[in-house]
Amino acid sequence: MKKTKSMTLNFGPQHPAAHGVLRLILELQGEIVEKADPHIGLLHRGTEKLIENKTYTQALPYFDRLDYVAPMNQEHAFALATEKLLNIEVPARARYIRVIFCEIGRILSHILNVTTQALDVGALTPSLWGFEERETLMTFYERASGSRLHANYFRTGGVHKDLPTKLIEDIGKFCESFPKIIDDLEDLLTENRIFKQRNVEIGIVTKREALDHSFTGVMLRGSGIPWDLRKSQPYECYQDLEFKIPVGQNGDCYDRYLCRIEEMRESVKIIKQCIKNLPKGPVKSVDGKVTPPPREDLKQSMEALIHHFKLFTEGFRVPAGNVYTAVEAPKGEFGVYLISDGSNRPYRCKIRAPGFSHLQAMDYLIKGHMLADVPAVLGSLDIVFGEVDR
Amino acid sequence: MTYTDLKKLEKIVNSELSSKILASKILFNELMIEISIDKITDVIQFLKSDDKLKFKQLIDIAAIDYPNKEKRFELVYLLLSIENNIRIKISTKFEIDEKIQSITKIFPSANWMEREVFDMYGVKFVNHPDLRRILTDYNFKGHPLRKDFPLTGFNEVRYSEKEKKVIYEPVKLEQNYRNFDFNSPWEGTKYLKDIKEVKKNEEN
Repeated sequence: MKKTKSMTLNFGPQHPAAHGVLRLILELQGEIVEKADPHIGLLHRGTEKLIENKTYTQALPYFDRLDYVAPMNQEHAFALATEKLLNIEVPARARYIRVIFCEIGRILSHILNVTTQALDVGALTPSLWGFEERETLMTFYERASGSRLHANYFRTGGVHKDLPTKLIEDIGKFCESFPKIIDDLEDLLTENRIFKQRNVEIGIVTKREALDHSFTGVMLRGSGIPWDLRKSQPYECYQDLEFKIPVGQNGDCYDRYLCRIEEMRESVKIIKQCIKNLPKGPVKSVDGKVTPPPREDLKQSMEALIHHFKLFTEGFRVPAGNVYTAVEAPKGEFGVYLISDGSNRPYRCKIRAPGFSHLQAMDYLIKGHMLADVPAVLGSLDIVFGEVDR
Repeated sequence: MTYTDLKKLEKIVNSELSSKILASKILFNELMIEISIDKITDVIQFLKSDDKLKFKQLIDIAAIDYPNKEKRFELVYLLLSIENNIRIKISTKFEIDEKIQSITKIFPSANWMEREVFDMYGVKFVNHPDLRRILTDYNFKGHPLRKDFPLTGFNEVRYSEKEKKVIYEPVKLEQNYRNFDFNSPWEGTKYLKDIKEVKKNEEN
């Protein structure tokens, strides 16, 4: 037999299937991948360092820029961490609004992932259909916060502004029409022969390996572990809502795809319940030392003016301590380990991004697979470089 | 994760690992135990393999820099037990020249987390299979998350039309980064605060 040498292939950083700026050094034996070494950090912006130099209010927008396909879920983790340190209560209406927008974020992220994964394995249509819906959802973002992507809508102690009634109605209408779109996407993909050939039994993760590699979210549930922070460690109003946790069986790319599709359906259910039960009341904490006064008061009240000035120059001070809070972001457990020294800036803010540990397992997942499986596995990992590189 | 669960966990951990634990406390409904730097692998191995505790998942490793403290650095390991639905934080303090055992043998996912700590703080892990920089640029110098590293960094890159390539230059800023001190003069000047302190101490 002829002796063959292994070949090194540079995949990315500019590659349409790399989902951003991933540089993957692959060692190939023929078409079989022997080793994968991801080089990350090409989108590193020093978020953690920047946050240490900003007040708590100024730090929040950085979270939009982490996982930029589901911005508000990230903000949520930071807002929860600050609230835990400050020990303040979030009004009921704000909690429901937060949940609505977190679930919208989940749908946004899952649509993008499911359809681009299909694109990576050769199906163009799903992404065209899916992106139309994402556009609708981003309009909701815009109508609530003023911007389509970098919302900066959540605040410590609530959300920035109340939702217009018309917007709530429109989100309700969307929930009625969207399940049909999921059905359409499923028609295109779920029983599609090519899609199944490319995804079934590719990138299998066992339960044990999933735990050892710190997988969370769909990567864990796809392998059959029913773990979702919304159920097991409920935050906001998730304990009052009814929803199911879809769990996979085989832990391959196809099961993860199915989980994501089902999660979108569950998210629609959650949004519907939230809209139905949306309580009335304030949307921000009533603590005047954290929440700025309403705009009208500034012209009338000296006290309000002082508070406004102080809150937007100095910011509020957070009692010393350290907390870890995590939310179930679309990609997995997104956590913030926040350390305060009692000043108006975080002393340290460690961001735990789910994509970081998922991408780390790339070598383990792809070993022995064909080169063409790399995009399929990468797609099902659901990588967004904003959060991996931070 | 109720308070009683945490109390129970604290009790178990303290009795099983009594010789290795320096301190343990529950704050903000989270349990943090402090151990010395040479016990890390033992403690984490025990927490992972114990039949009752089952801390099977490593969530993250966070490093913190305290330039003014006696021991400058702190590492915090965040573990999660899915079976018991409980979290634990393990903290350890050390100085930069101390040797820290890598836990990649116990949790493969610690690989990148330790690389990140190395990259950001310059902390070296012993027995790590592949301790390279991870997030910063190739040929980067310094450890950016240390408190003495300036926010604006040292080098900036730009495309040079003359040399037809991307070049590195020292950072030039039109305006320096301004760090405001928000201590309000109304809250009392320093000498007044000092007098108050002295009086308080005398009363005590």
